[in-house]
Amino acid sequence: MIRVLIIFILAAFPARAEQVVAGLSQNSIGITASFDGSAILIYGAVKRDAPEPTGPPLEVIVTLEGPSVPVTIRHKSREVGIWVNTEAVGVAAAPSYYAVASTGPLSKILSPDEDVRQRISVPLAVRAFSGPLLVEDARPFTEALLRIREAEGLYQLEQHGVTLVENTLFRADFDLPSNLTEGDYKVRIFLLRDGQVINQHRAAIPVRKVGLERWLFVLSREQPLAYGLMSLALAVFAGWAASALFRLIRN
Amino acid sequence: MQIYLPIAEVSINVFLLLGLGGLVGILSGLFGVGGGFLITPLLFFIGIPPTVAVATGANQVVASSVSGVLTQFKRKAVDVPMGLVLLAGGMLGSGLGIWAFNLLTKLGQIDLVVQLSYVVFLGAIGLLMLLESLRAMNRARKSSKPVKRHQHNWVHNLPLKLKFRASGLYISVFPPLAIGLLVGVLAAIMGVGGGFIMVPAMIYLLGMPTKVVIGTSLFQIIFVTAFTTVMHAVTNQSVDVLLALMLILGGVVGAQIGSRVGARLKAEQLRILLALLVIIVAFKLGLDLLIRPTELYSLSAGGQP
Repeated sequence: MIRVLIIFILAAFPARAEQVVAGLSQNSIGITASFDGSAILIYGAVKRDAPEPTGPPLEVIVTLEGPSVPVTIRHKSREVGIWVNTEAVGVAAAPSYYAVASTGPLSKILSPDEDVRQRISVPLAVRAFSGPLLVEDARPFTEALLRIREAEGLYQLEQHGVTLVENTLFRADFDLPSNLTEGDYKVRIFLLRDGQVINQHRAAIPVRKVGLERWLFVLSREQPLAYGLMSLALAVFAGWAASALFRLIRN
Repeated sequence: MQIYLPIAEVSINVFLLLGLGGLVGILSGLFGVGGGFLITPLLFFIGIPPTVAVATGANQVVASSVSGVLTQFKRKAVDVPMGLVLLAGGMLGSGLGIWAFNLLTKLGQIDLVVQLSYVVFLGAIGLLMLLESLRAMNRARKSSKPVKRHQHNWVHNLPLKLKFRASGLYISVFPPLAIGLLVGVLAAIMGVGGGFIMVPAMIYLLGMPTKVVIGTSLFQIIFVTAFTTVMHAVTNQSVDVLLALMLILGGVVGAQIGSRVGARLKAEQLRILLALLVIIVAFKLGLDLLIRPTELYSLSAGGQP
């Protein structure tokens, strides 16, 4: 108890000395028909009431996290000569996107217990969301989830993605992929010294479909029959129109 | 030029989608198959979620079939009574197929059953058609005598006979009903219109002339896939209308080109081409089952397995 209290005090005390002031290049992202991914710039400064303390250098970590959705991880194995899905693990919620940018390697600037507390590194952030698992050893499954999403660029770790100027100004650039899930994207900014978080800042960027995209999506969810019949009518009309047009061209 | 698809939730190149639709449209017009057995795996390959690919593929097939069937109607190559009989069986079979699909999904083996039925049915039908067409071509080359197309067998002794004028047939309604039923079941399980099974069945089992087969197949595919589209839209909300529109724009043009090219080719040549295409797809899918995948794990949206 006392140890926890000490850590708390140690963590809280310098927080008053150095604070994050941050801004985002975009307050919201609208998904239009021509949406093709988006770049987002997160920038900020360190506000100080006193001269900069000497000692371990200042480090900055910025995380960007997409909404969590359920996912099923399947494993193939060979049965009677053919490869089939044999085992599956359902994860109640995993972030659809998670990116970490930092001023240096996480192993050097972030202490392991602080990582566990704040769930900063990719495996910890994802594990935090996983619901109850049904397989005895789920580790290979969660590892596969990380591996596949990293390969798709959905989970990213940029060990030098944050530029820190004069220990005061910092910026981090994120490239959001085009296959975004709608929802609020959470931004977290951590200031660290000696592996400990001394101050943090949170913000959210809403990502929403707009215009035609929004209208079609809402219609498909709220009036599925009308939406289905509309798709059908469109198909029949297009088929007829093409046939009529070609006949016209030929005559 | 990219377009963001609202239901699939991915951004894809417009020209890629138009080209894909065009390719499948050409096949549709050429062979009288809906192209579902091609469009669904292709959409999956370019990164469309499988549920959206199946549902939107069905919607696209409606358009290319309408476009194709109108051209066939002009040529008087649609046997409407035959199409209706096949359709009656097809609807019944579709209902049975959806029931079987849900059962297999519950058992967790739907993926395997779908893949295996693709390999087995595509492979068997493709090989049979190829061998038969090659034999027919050889026969035609050796002697100019016309080959007798259909022999009389037990099929022709069943009761409730109907006259199908466009096909030049006087047979019982039961064989076409049964074929429609079988195709309906397979179509629902495999998520396709079923043309690639329907076309050879009509040629080899019912003895219909090839030229009528294509129009009649397209005619009944329209209704089966229209039914599928609406069912998917209502139950899974997985029809992406923007994706469908892109595929349709390419597809309707392709279907027109296809049916015009098809009118110039000989029936045997058409059959050999379709047979080769079907064999290639079956071979590729079979290979996927036999070769060790580089990534043994796969992700799919949605919670419980």
